Amino acid sequence: MTGQTAPTTVATVTRAAPDGAALRHGATSHLQRLEAESIHILRETAAEFRKPVMLYSIGKDSSVLLHLAMKAFHPGRPPFPLLHVDTTWKFREMVAFRDRRARELGLDLIVHTNRDGLGQGITPFTHGSARYTDVMKTQALRQALDLHGFDAAIGGARRDEEKSRAKERVFSHRSAAHRWDPKNQRPELWSLYNTMLAPGESMRVFPLSNWTELDVWDYILLEDIPIVPLYLAAKRPVVERDGTLIMVDDDRMPLLSGEEPRWRSVRFRTLGCYPLSGATISTAATLPEIVREMMASRTSERQGRMIDRDSPASMERKKAEGYF
Amino acid sequence: MSYHEAPTIAASDAPRLDRDDRPTLRFVTCGSVDDGKSTLVGRLLYDSKTLLDDQLDALASESKTSGTTGGDLDFALLVDGLQAEREQGITIDVAYRFFATKLRRFIVADTPGHTQYTRNMATGASNADLAVVLVDARKGVITQTRRHSHILSLLGVRHVVLAVNKMDLIGFDGDRFAAITAEYLTLAGQLGISQVQCIPVVAPDGDNIALASTRMPWYTGPTVTAYLESVDVAGDISERPFRLPVQWVNRPHAEFRGFCGRIASGAIAIGEAVTVRPSGRRAHIARILTPGGERDRAAAGESVTLTLTDEIDVSRGDVLTAGAAPLVSDQLAAHLVWFDEEAMAPGRRYVLKCGTASSGAVITSLKHRVAIDTMAQESATTLDANQIGYINLSLDRALVFEAYRDDRQMGSFILVDPISHRTAAAGMIDLSLRRATNVHWQQLAVDKSVRARLKQQRPCVLWFTGLSGAGKSTIADLVDRRLAELGRHATLLDGDNLRHGISRDLGFSSAERTENVRRVAEVAALFVDAGMIALVALISPFRSERETARHRVEAGEFVEIHVATPLAECERRDAKGLYRKARAGELPDFTGIDHPYELPQAPEITIDTSEMTPEEGCERIIRYLQEHHYL
Repeated sequence: MTGQTAPTTVATVTRAAPDGAALRHGATSHLQRLEAESIHILRETAAEFRKPVMLYSIGKDSSVLLHLAMKAFHPGRPPFPLLHVDTTWKFREMVAFRDRRARELGLDLIVHTNRDGLGQGITPFTHGSARYTDVMKTQALRQALDLHGFDAAIGGARRDEEKSRAKERVFSHRSAAHRWDPKNQRPELWSLYNTMLAPGESMRVFPLSNWTELDVWDYILLEDIPIVPLYLAAKRPVVERDGTLIMVDDDRMPLLSGEEPRWRSVRFRTLGCYPLSGATISTAATLPEIVREMMASRTSERQGRMIDRDSPASMERKKAEGYF
Repeated sequence: MSYHEAPTIAASDAPRLDRDDRPTLRFVTCGSVDDGKSTLVGRLLYDSKTLLDDQLDALASESKTSGTTGGDLDFALLVDGLQAEREQGITIDVAYRFFATKLRRFIVADTPGHTQYTRNMATGASNADLAVVLVDARKGVITQTRRHSHILSLLGVRHVVLAVNKMDLIGFDGDRFAAITAEYLTLAGQLGISQVQCIPVVAPDGDNIALASTRMPWYTGPTVTAYLESVDVAGDISERPFRLPVQWVNRPHAEFRGFCGRIASGAIAIGEAVTVRPSGRRAHIARILTPGGERDRAAAGESVTLTLTDEIDVSRGDVLTAGAAPLVSDQLAAHLVWFDEEAMAPGRRYVLKCGTASSGAVITSLKHRVAIDTMAQESATTLDANQIGYINLSLDRALVFEAYRDDRQMGSFILVDPISHRTAAAGMIDLSLRRATNVHWQQLAVDKSVRARLKQQRPCVLWFTGLSGAGKSTIADLVDRRLAELGRHATLLDGDNLRHGISRDLGFSSAERTENVRRVAEVAALFVDAGMIALVALISPFRSERETARHRVEAGEFVEIHVATPLAECERRDAKGLYRKARAGELPDFTGIDHPYELPQAPEITIDTSEMTPEEGCERIIRYLQEHHYL
């Protein structure tokens, strides 16, 4: 297994040469400190749990998480598989990217779809985003975790994303029914994590807790981390619906009368199921352009996510039910 | 514009476009309910101009529907994230917020003021460089202020901003501000908080938050933002001796063996000598792998993988050290903040986590409790949730550590309840109770494996647990004889017999039973170390103690045998007449009658003598030992 273990993305990156201060104080830059903390968390997870798994959603945060995992266990491989909960409504480019990355890095990739939900014909168009998300994402994730007996699931959520996320622990306990009890969280002090579980219980682990969206982009730029091309602007067929630009990724999308897909230069700030991901009009076709756009942005990334808007506390409720 | 378009970059966005690397200051906010902590943090976010348009829109609409400010912007809503909090108008859990100014990035831990949530304040303070303590100008320094400041001091926070809020409600009275300042400085002095900056503010209006107030011309000091941007909180952690708690041994193939961890203090370079603690073995650094590639040196804060010149035994929980020796001891004294609703119980066993090491731990004594209002030391027998005390702690194995005042990473620990798995307490190590610093573990040339090879057997503990009269001793005796027939070296430690000798001084209270089990586990482990098979027949009613016994030996060396004869059957037999006495009230605390027996959750072997004879039970055990290559 030697020879092919070194992740190419690490090898090609040249980092700013450490200056005198860096030699004295170690991880001096902001991103180096975040990186060191995340790697510490990933190694704790590997050391303390029986059967961890890394949730891989194919988005930019997952790309960073995967990159950090490759570094944390270099020259070995991450001692856990990747799990992707596939709703069957992901952008086609995402699925292609997923399969290519797993192959390039030689990692185990588990893809799980809620077959019951599929059998019931649940789609984002017919059942509304709330029901669809519950069945095809939350229930599907719980099924996959139970099926494989994973006791720790590593995810890319960040505290700056959303208000209830800001209260989440780095190691966040889940009951045997996968429920999060926000009022009864274990205190988390220093970098000491209480990883003890009773049979059936599990832990969600968030190594990117202290990263911001801009940190993620800065790091992707600095480390030259591969991302799904959908983050970069290109001409794509979109329709405007309820004030949001939706890309017509395949012919399953029912067009309403008067809706005519138009080719426009757009990109995505967050990626998920294509019917639920709003596009941004943009010509930023390179990473540096994206970062510049990000810094000047006056809206938050979750604006493009339609599932958060169901109700003010919708994320908190979904998380309590087991959503990531 | 309904959907969002990519913005153009304007000069007014300058703070967010500063690409210089800005250091991060982590601070914690604390104060009483309604002092305005969340409002202050919300105002800091708002004034830093890091809030985005959709967040501002949401704030404006939520201020109208659920705000407490009569429709004006309610900045607390930016921070109070959980639904229950918005409903009750209070903060119930610590929240982390991120913002940046031209000079610094900030991570704020917003912590609750309710008494029962003191643990969250300690959580927020544990990683903070500085604290912003809020007081209501009308109330001044109150009990909560003292409590929080005491926790800050215990957790090593040496820099405090005292924000005297609601100055508008006392008519911007400078004399009152001076009085509150004087009272707090006295308190800070007692607590060893060396740097205090007192600032009069009106959080909702932004007075002295980011902009100097025009309503308090008598105040000439810095604003909150200006102070947070300039205060120097740098410590000397990279100047201290090198310490690397080993997290993970990376062994992808035979040619590579790396020790991974985050450097807690100091620096290291290729070729330098390191000592593994607690073993005392030495080697030199061969390679240093960092996230940025291979390097010659690495220092505090970095997550690295080190390889050594010599093949020596290093595992998770060990610490690679250089320079002055760390403290190594199994007895220590520490400050403790108790979290759990279940009160602290001296003599009870907890799981201690310190760095990457964990160990069984017993609080041997509570030296004193701290009266939070007066900070006086008072005698006590227990600590309730949110109380603070000073304890002596006894561990199952030697721990490598530093005093907390010197090194936060190496001097901090948590105690976890082994049954509920709740984080029961947080501790700050004060000192080692044994002069063990220079007493290394003897590296014995003849070890367990050598002795086991001589005897041509695999040493292990066969731990028989079950109710009184279940048949533990009978079956253990049969197994002992069978092992002798098979030419194996074994010994039988019988609970009843041990109580005539090594545990002669012990009674039958929970604490004494715990101690009895601990002694027997120690003796069994010594026999295993001598290459023997140790049979233990002991009621050992508590799961946590059996788990401790299991962890006293190496993985695979402990076979738990549950002699699961039902209570009714044991009582029917009553060979020693004990059940009859217990039922008659003559034997208090009798297991199964008025004292609990916690069933094993996953014993290696289960035997019910109401379904099989002792001989059949014995054969099942022998078969298990053969199938699992013990024999």
